[in-house]
Amino acid sequence: MNDMTQSLLDTEDEVMLRDAARGFLTDASPVSGLRANRDAGRAHDPALWAEMAQMGWTGVLVPEAAGGADMGHRAAGILAEEMGRTLAASPFLSTAVIAASVLRDAGPRAHGALQAIAAGEATYALALDEGPKFAPAATAMQAERQGNAFRLSGAKAFVADGTTAARILVLARTSGAAGDADGLTLFDIDAARAGLDRQALSTIDSRDHARLVFDAVEATGDDIIGDLDNGLAALRPGLQAGQAALAAELTGLAGGAAAITLGYLKDRRQFDRTIGSFQALQHRAAHLWSEIEVTASAIANAGRRLDATPADASLAVSLAKARAAQTAKLAVSEAVQMHGGIGMTDAHDIGFFMKRARVGAEWLGDYGHHAAIIAAARGF
Amino acid sequence: MSDATEDLAAFRADIAAWISANCPAPLLGRPMDENAIVWGGRKWTFTDDNQRLWLERAVARGLTAPRWPVEYGGAALSRAQEKIYREEMERLGAPPPLESFGLWMLGPALLEFGNAEQKAEHLPKITRGEIRWCQGYSEPGAGSDLANVQTRAEDMGDHWLVNGQKIWTSYADRADWIFALVRTDRDAPKHKGISFLLMDMETPGITTRPIRLISGKSPFCETFFDNVKVPKTNLVGELNRGWDIAKYLLTHEREMIGGGARGLLGGRSVSQILASQEGDVMADPVLRAEAMQLEVDALAFGLTMERYKDQAEAGRGVGNASAMLKYYGTELNKRRYELLMATAGSEGVEWDGTQGGLAPEWLRTKANSIEGGTTEVMLDIIAKRVLEMPNQ
Ligand SMILES: Cc1cc2nc3c(=O)[nH]c(=O)nc-3n(C[C@H](O)[C@H](O)[C@H](O)COP(=O)(O)OP(=O)(O)OC[C@H]3O[C@@H](n4cnc5c(N)ncnc54)[C@H](O)[C@@H]3O)c2cc1C
Repeated sequence: MNDMTQSLLDTEDEVMLRDAARGFLTDASPVSGLRANRDAGRAHDPALWAEMAQMGWTGVLVPEAAGGADMGHRAAGILAEEMGRTLAASPFLSTAVIAASVLRDAGPRAHGALQAIAAGEATYALALDEGPKFAPAATAMQAERQGNAFRLSGAKAFVADGTTAARILVLARTSGAAGDADGLTLFDIDAARAGLDRQALSTIDSRDHARLVFDAVEATGDDIIGDLDNGLAALRPGLQAGQAALAAELTGLAGGAAAITLGYLKDRRQFDRTIGSFQALQHRAAHLWSEIEVTASAIANAGRRLDATPADASLAVSLAKARAAQTAKLAVSEAVQMHGGIGMTDAHDIGFFMKRARVGAEWLGDYGHHAAIIAAARGF
Repeated sequence: MSDATEDLAAFRADIAAWISANCPAPLLGRPMDENAIVWGGRKWTFTDDNQRLWLERAVARGLTAPRWPVEYGGAALSRAQEKIYREEMERLGAPPPLESFGLWMLGPALLEFGNAEQKAEHLPKITRGEIRWCQGYSEPGAGSDLANVQTRAEDMGDHWLVNGQKIWTSYADRADWIFALVRTDRDAPKHKGISFLLMDMETPGITTRPIRLISGKSPFCETFFDNVKVPKTNLVGELNRGWDIAKYLLTHEREMIGGGARGLLGGRSVSQILASQEGDVMADPVLRAEAMQLEVDALAFGLTMERYKDQAEAGRGVGNASAMLKYYGTELNKRRYELLMATAGSEGVEWDGTQGGLAPEWLRTKANSIEGGTTEVMLDIIAKRVLEMPNQ
C-alpha cells in the first residue's frame, strides 16, 4: 500500500552504497578521467563500464532471477548522484536505468536481454527525439508494415550513447500522425542492422551522443516491446526511471561543483584574506547550499515513489527533474563566477560541470516540460 | 505489508474518523484568516462556540500537542503518527485547534531544560490553551545581535529584580506570561551572562505599549520592566546559561516559521486563492510561469521539511540547518504573497474589498524574513556553521 510516511532519509544500506560508490568513483573516475577521454577522442570507457558491472551497478534495476541486484530506483538515484559528483561518463542511464526499466516490464522474452545488461555485456541507447526538444508524441519516424515485418525510416536527432550502444530502443510510428500519443510502437533492435547510420555528434559534455538515420531498417514483430501502437506505455517506466536518475545525476553534479567552489573560497586570497571571508560570497554559497538541500529532497522522494507506487510517480519524477535542472544551472553559474578567471579556463575542471549541466537540463525534458506537468497535476 | 505499515493505516483511519466526528462542521474547509486562529489564554474570547468545542475535544485527546508526553496533556504520538494526523487534518480541512508560542517555542525548551516542577506547572496550561505566552528576546539594542540584551535581573536574595525594556514583543498586550532573556552577569562575556526567566505579565512593574505595523495592525509591543519582582524558581536551566536555551528555542522557532505555521504566515495556498478569483488569471503567461515556479519550489521545500523532521526523529538532529528552513520557507512565503497580490490585481489593494484581508497578510509576510532572525543572519549561520567558511 501507499505508505506516505516512508522516510526520505538514506537507509543504512543506502548509506553504505553511497560511500562505496563515492570511494570507487573518486579513484576510478575522477573528472581528470573524463578530460583524458575527451583529449583522446574517446566517448565511452569500456574498462570503467566493466568495473561498474562487476560491482552490480549495471544490474541495479534488473530482477535477481535475471542475475541483477534489483536494488530499486532510490539506489539507482544514489549511484547516479555519485556519478554526477565526479562526472563519471558511462551508459549507466541509457542501459542500466532506462533500458532495464523498459525490459523488466516486457515479459519473459526480455529475460535474456536483462541478463546481458546485468552482466555488463549489452549496452543500450534510447532513440527518441527527432527535434531539439523532448517531445515523444511528436515522433514522426515511420515503421512501415510489410507482412510480418516493419521498415523503419527517419532520423533521430539526439541519441545519448548512440554511437557505442550495442542495441537501440527506438520509438516509431505505426499509425496516426506526428503529435498523436497513440500509434507509436517501441522496437528493440540490434545497432548493427543494415540501413542504420550512426553519426557521432561532438557535444559540449564530451560524451557519446549521436544522430541516427534509419533507411528502411528491418524489424519484426519479435522486436516489439509492449503492444503495437501503444509504445508510449511501454516506454513510460523507462522514461520515468531515466528522468529520476538524470535528476539525481544533476543534483550530484551540483553538489560536486559546489564542493569544488567551497574549497576554492577557503583557499584563494585577495585583499590579504581568503575570499571566503567576504560576506557577499558567503551568502551566495549559503544560498546555493540551500537550493541543493531542497532539491536533494525531491530526488529522494522520486526514488521512493518509483519504488513504492510507480504508477503514481509522475508528479514526483517531474518535480525532481524540474528542480535538478535549475539547481545544477545555478551551481555551475555560481561556481564559475566565484572562481573568477581561472573558472573560465579549460585547464580547470569546473567548466566540465557547466557543460554537462546544460546537456542534462535538456535530455528527457527540460524545466518547462516538467513544470507544466506539475502545474497540470496541481490544477492550473 | 509490514506490521508497522498496517498499524499506521489503522491509525490513519482512526484519526480521520475522530476528526470527522469531532471537528464541528462549520469549521471544516474555512479559510484560515487571522480570525480563525485560536491562541488561547486568560484574556481569550472565542469568536464562536464551534472554536471552543473543537479546542475542548482536541485537548481531551491530547491533540493540541500531539507529540508531547501524555502527563503534560500531549498525545505522545510517534513522528509517523503525527505526520498522518497533520495530513488528515489538512485533507479534511480541519483547522488547528490551538496555536501558540507556548506550543511552538516555550514548550520544547521546557521539555529539554525545565525542572520537574516547571514542566508540571506550565506545560499542561499550554496544551489546554489556558495560558498564552509571549517572547521577550529583542531589545532596542539587541536585534540580530541578540546576545547584546541589557534588560537585567538582579539577585535580591529571595527574588529577582528585573529592570529594562523589550521591543517587538508579539502579542505582549494579550499574553499572560513572558519568557525572557535577561542579563544576570554584567562582567561576563556577553553570551555567558544571560539567563532565561519566566514572568507573569500581571506582576506589578510590567507594562506594554502596542506598536502599529504597516499592515495597520498592532500585534506587537514595547514591553517595559520597572522594578519587577520575580520568584527565584522562575529561572529555567542554569544561571548564566540562558543563551543555550535561547538558541535551542530559536531552532524550533525557525523550523516553525520556515514551515509556515498558519498563525504566522497566513494559511492561503495558491490554488485556494486562484479558485476564489474571477476570470482565468493563469491565462497571463508571466503569472502562470511564476505560479509554476512557486509550486515546484514549494513542493520540494515541503519534502525537505519532512526529511529534516525524519532526521531529527532519527536522533541525528537538524542543528544549524534549521537556519536553512527559516531562510527558504520565509522567502518562499513572501513570493507566494507577491503572486497572490499580482493575481488579485486592483481587488488586492483594498483593505476591505472582495479580497479583503489579503493586503494585510501580504504586508505581514514581509516580516517573515526579519522575525526570529533575519535572512541575512540565517545565511551567515549556514555559511559559518554548516559550510565552515572563515570569519572576516
Ligand atoms: C513581526 C515581527 C514579530 C516579532 N516578534 C518578536 C517577538 O515576539 N519577540 C522578540 O523578542 N522579537 C520579536 N521580533 C524581533 C525580531 O526578532 C527582530 O526584528 C530581528 O531579530 C531583527 O532585529 P532588528 O529588528 O533589530 O534588525 P537589525 O538587527 O538592526 O537588522 C537590520 C538589517 O541589518 C541586517 N544585519 C544585521 N546584522 C547583520 C550582519 N551581521 N550581517 C549582515 N546583515 C546584517 C539585518 O539582516 C537587517 O536586514 C519580531 C519582529 C517582527 C518583524
